[in-house]
Amino acid sequence: MTLYPELTDDARREMLRMMVLIRTYEEAILREYHADKSPGFDIGAGLIPGEMHLSAGQEPVAAGLALHLTTDDAMTATHRPHHVAIAKGVRLREMTAEIFGRETGLGRGRGGHMHLFDPETHFSCSGIIAEGLPPALGQAFAFQRRGTDRVAIAVAGEGAANQGAFHESLNLAALWKLPVVFVIEDNDWGISVPRAKSTSVTSNAVRGAAYGMPGIRVEENSVEGVYDAAGEAIARARAGEGPSLIEVHTLRLWGHFEGDAQGYRTDLEGVPGHDPLPTYRNALVARGVITDDDYATMQASAVERVEDAIDFAKGSPVPDPADALKYVFSEGAHS
Amino acid sequence: MNTPLPANDLDGQVLAIEPDAGKRKLSTAKAIQEAIAQQMRADDSVFVMGEDVGPYGGIFSSTTGLIEEFGPHRIIDTPISETAFIGTGIGAAVEGMRPIVELMFADFFGVCMDQIYNHMAKIHYESGGNVQVPMVLMTAVGGGYSDGAQHSQSLWGTFAHLPGMKVVVPSNPYDAKGLMTAAIRSNDPVVFMFHKGVMGLGWMKKNKRSIDAVPEESYEVPIGKARVAREGTDVTIVTLSLSVHHSLDVAEKLEQEGISVEVIDLRSLVPLDRDAILASVSKTGRLIVVDEDYQSFGVSGEVIASVVERQPGLLTHVSRVCVPDVPLPYASQLEYGVLPTPARIEAAVRDAVAGRGTS
Repeated sequence: MTLYPELTDDARREMLRMMVLIRTYEEAILREYHADKSPGFDIGAGLIPGEMHLSAGQEPVAAGLALHLTTDDAMTATHRPHHVAIAKGVRLREMTAEIFGRETGLGRGRGGHMHLFDPETHFSCSGIIAEGLPPALGQAFAFQRRGTDRVAIAVAGEGAANQGAFHESLNLAALWKLPVVFVIEDNDWGISVPRAKSTSVTSNAVRGAAYGMPGIRVEENSVEGVYDAAGEAIARARAGEGPSLIEVHTLRLWGHFEGDAQGYRTDLEGVPGHDPLPTYRNALVARGVITDDDYATMQASAVERVEDAIDFAKGSPVPDPADALKYVFSEGAHS
Repeated sequence: MNTPLPANDLDGQVLAIEPDAGKRKLSTAKAIQEAIAQQMRADDSVFVMGEDVGPYGGIFSSTTGLIEEFGPHRIIDTPISETAFIGTGIGAAVEGMRPIVELMFADFFGVCMDQIYNHMAKIHYESGGNVQVPMVLMTAVGGGYSDGAQHSQSLWGTFAHLPGMKVVVPSNPYDAKGLMTAAIRSNDPVVFMFHKGVMGLGWMKKNKRSIDAVPEESYEVPIGKARVAREGTDVTIVTLSLSVHHSLDVAEKLEQEGISVEVIDLRSLVPLDRDAILASVSKTGRLIVVDEDYQSFGVSGEVIASVVERQPGLLTHVSRVCVPDVPLPYASQLEYGVLPTPARIEAAVRDAVAGRGTS
């Protein structure tokens, strides 16, 4: 008997729908990001300036987690946060406006795409590798102290598993039996360095044992594998049994950031064949869970939502430079 | 609670914002403990977390006795994992709790600064004001007892340089209690930096003012307000923390010779009370900054700049008594060769009133 919801066909459709929404979103951001950076490429130019880390290919991680979570649960993500934010239910309009640097954005244009904070859904992210984990512990600590069964999900990349913050966090979470689930997105690459050149173990899941917590590795970027692993880990956390570690072997479909030519990448030729979206769609069609028409409907619905968000962002006011010092503090004058 | 009373400050000057200090005397450490205990009684979202804050009571006695009243559930010993437990404080604060997290020595910030300056201090801004981090980061600073280069630094200038955290540096028991109370109640992150030499510890050389009158009731000392620790007319010393005591000692001595020294205790670095600095030097025209932090790129330069930017022609004399840019040495003779000692402060005052440059 499982403590978490059984994987039904409805759940499968919902996960595919989420993956489609995320991919549609990232494709739209990709389009808008590059729309006004040519000729040449000026990273600071255009309606979406700055670094842009897109999550295409990593949708299964977010989609597999999302069905086990409520609005009240917390999630922290990385410098590549969009898929996780969307899966957590962050409002697309305000998130997109933030990416466009608008006053209507989640952070009123002060944060940007690596610094999305949504108190409504308890979502946040950090641009510093592994440093989003400790605040997730604190959220879990608050949930535990208040006697709730809420959980915090701390998402990090495989590069984070070699940072001190990762190990400190696993130890403390296990020591205090905090309701945290650590999720490592192993996309094989730390920018240009392959994991074989950075990591002493072939699976970071084994590192859970060092802290007395279960560790499981989900292979083949399987959204259903994530669903099962996350279900068990989250149920365990909700039951007060402490943290778990999940590593998902996922795929970075595009560059580390937009503008990354990926000359170092030896695996690119085979990458399209591993794209999880058509893979899962085809599997569900073959199993009769969805039809091609269902998929077209999912896509149309996703496009509608995403383009609405893009339009909202583009139509929103930019922040007033005179207000650049606002929000350093909640109270008191800026010195 | 927190009723403002007309009252005296420690030197008997009337400051309307402050309650009557009364006759009861506490050490700075006990004043901090009392502020924490009172806020913990008033608000069950307040808790303390850090290394050795439990049965030990804090290495510098900032939490002595608290575990007896509040138990290990709210006075929480942590592993030596500053990144993890400071981050835990941040996340708990984001979810509405009010953590007081102790970083045992400010010198240890090197292992955890990312949580402090990239997360604790920036989340409010990055979220456009939508997420608050009501957290106190309490930490010990300062030297003078041969603890060497990694356990003796003041470093407040480093924290104050980075936007998004308020920085308070109390010099005495009264201010320590009031600033800690204000810090816990603040909706912003506050770094509370106490000098070991002002705590009134039995096992360390202490100034007479580190045990002094403290009101029993709860009160706030407003963050961002300096205090005129001593009035004078010839020269202004702007200083903070333990150096306030040294400066007062020097001022008392030189008064016998008819040299009148005004001492400004900054109390907060962020926000910095530039008006108080300017008001004092408007009177004296001579400015000496005494700072136990490193001299270059720090508080002393900022204090001077805050005057000359606003009134370029005001100052007839400027000098600094700081730690020169050197790691703090171990041998006592060497350490006291670089600390801002009363002798160095006295020499600086004599130079100032004689119209000489820095000796």
